[in-house]
Amino acid sequence: MATDFAFPDSSAKAAGAEQEFAPEKMSLSMGPSHPATHGVLRLQMELDGEVLTKCDPVVGYLHRGDEKIAENMTYNQFVPYTDRLDYLAPLANNMAYAIAVERLVKLEVPARCQAIRVLTAEMARVSAHLMGLGAFGLDVGAWSVLVHSLNQREHLYKLFEELTGARFTTSYTRIGGVSRDIPDGWLSRVIAFCDQFEPALEETLSLLTRNKIFQDRTVGVGIISKADALGYGLTGPNLRASGVSLDLRKDKPYSGYEQYEFDVPVGSKGDCYDRYLCRGEEMRQAVRIIRQVAAKFPSGDWYAKDARKIFAPPKDKILTSMEELIQNFMIVTEGPQIPAGEAYFEAENPKGALGFFIVSKGGGVPWRMKIRSPSFCNLSILSKVCVGTMMSDVVTLLGSLDFVMGECDR
Amino acid sequence: MSASVDAITYIKSTFPSVTDRLSSDWPAVNVPTGELISVLKSLRDEQAFDLLSDVTAIDWAEGASPRFTVVYHLYSTTSHAAIRVATPCTGDDAAPTVPSVVPLWPGANWHEREAYDMFGITFEGHPDLRRILMWDGYPYHPLRKEFPLAGIETVLPDSAVAEETKAKVIAAPMMGGPFVASAGEMNLTDAEPRAKDESWSERSAKPGA
Repeated sequence: MATDFAFPDSSAKAAGAEQEFAPEKMSLSMGPSHPATHGVLRLQMELDGEVLTKCDPVVGYLHRGDEKIAENMTYNQFVPYTDRLDYLAPLANNMAYAIAVERLVKLEVPARCQAIRVLTAEMARVSAHLMGLGAFGLDVGAWSVLVHSLNQREHLYKLFEELTGARFTTSYTRIGGVSRDIPDGWLSRVIAFCDQFEPALEETLSLLTRNKIFQDRTVGVGIISKADALGYGLTGPNLRASGVSLDLRKDKPYSGYEQYEFDVPVGSKGDCYDRYLCRGEEMRQAVRIIRQVAAKFPSGDWYAKDARKIFAPPKDKILTSMEELIQNFMIVTEGPQIPAGEAYFEAENPKGALGFFIVSKGGGVPWRMKIRSPSFCNLSILSKVCVGTMMSDVVTLLGSLDFVMGECDR
Repeated sequence: MSASVDAITYIKSTFPSVTDRLSSDWPAVNVPTGELISVLKSLRDEQAFDLLSDVTAIDWAEGASPRFTVVYHLYSTTSHAAIRVATPCTGDDAAPTVPSVVPLWPGANWHEREAYDMFGITFEGHPDLRRILMWDGYPYHPLRKEFPLAGIETVLPDSAVAEETKAKVIAAPMMGGPFVASAGEMNLTDAEPRAKDESWSERSAKPGA
């Protein structure tokens, strides 16, 4: 790894007495395997005493070439790869990807399918923010927050497992629908989760919000100005904490988000504490959306029935009818037939705007797929905000940015 | 969407060389490479496209003209309009070139580094154009169409480790899979997923093994 960081030259000491007391910069490499970097991020830092004078984030340790892989498989085959982008909120990634491809077909999925997707995406948001919060607490020395949030995540995992068959890598959406309808009685179990989660969330947040130690570590630390946040393309809670009210669910509604009432929390200072507050409030709002979706859950189809070249028919039809068998065979072997064109879709994911830019030349395989990952953009600001902060605050800053390297490196 | 239609009308009246681009969703324009910076600057300053969502490139495969297109996705946090700006790369296939937009949006820095890493596109005026996802000194640009899915055997980035372990970065074993499909409208036989690499199988040993 060629960098312009060099260890201080010891021979410089001989040059003169003044230089002996001149501050020597220390170069320090943090990561790629470090508990505070939440994955495989490396920070190449230059320190003057305890203050950073330079910070160069080195990413790519988890690069798997998802975009290359996508060019070589059919659209539905790529769904499991989207689980592994932001692996703390796979259901939200599944949804973003499915909608992006549907934009190419100009396909509107039925209301019930949209409601299922919104419900699962908001549950994924709660689960991702819980993990982000727990890890952030851990970074600044609060153990119990992580224990509480993992406990709540376990409840969510059980619901995910019942719905999709997997706790973590859900692969739930298909182009034109979802892989299966919600099970009987599942909605009431989601509501039961919300009922016990709301007081539990308040209890968890109360461990941090008025905590003197936590405030001392976060208030006024790692301030990101509005102009910087926009210039570096920050999105999600990190951008909103800096005072920009941008929430794609409100501003460019998709999947029926315009039907639901929720507030968008916006910070005022853009420090680590504001980012924490934004995430806490977003969880409350997510629960609010979940309750609204469950209250007016639409009946009807849960996949686009008329999209015969996109979505495979139900299994019982495949096994009994020749036409449906052929339809299923074509979709599995050739892939969903997507017309030629270009589409870019961004969804408001827990980490920020997850975008898929898809170029199709027709057929079942994309010609090019670019994944615009929010964590990648959020990390790019590190080289700017880290300069002038204390070494110990870098850990706080990393925790508050709440990134996932699987998504950053793709 | 009306705000972005206004932006399209505005930009086409200000810059006559800008043309419409086919798109399935966002309004999109084609911009000649020479005018890219002034078009983007005027979109940012006059039309309030303050957020650069994404910069990426498309490889249209060898022989296509232009071979590489660079695509910018702009978003306005005030009017919530969105626009896609595409520009062809100048220069030959080995060293395609476009001007860098880092002076307009500092966040373009990493996106352009990624496009350089993956496609080998040079962004003129970029302050620090080096690889970002692959390691420094990696000899290929993996998202180019001629680069195989399995990868190409190369030396390890650290020469000391390579010397000691005699290990290399080897291509992925592809025998029997993954079953890879091809893009584009074609007949069933050609489009059906198949193993792309048949250079070794149960019968013939893996080269170099």
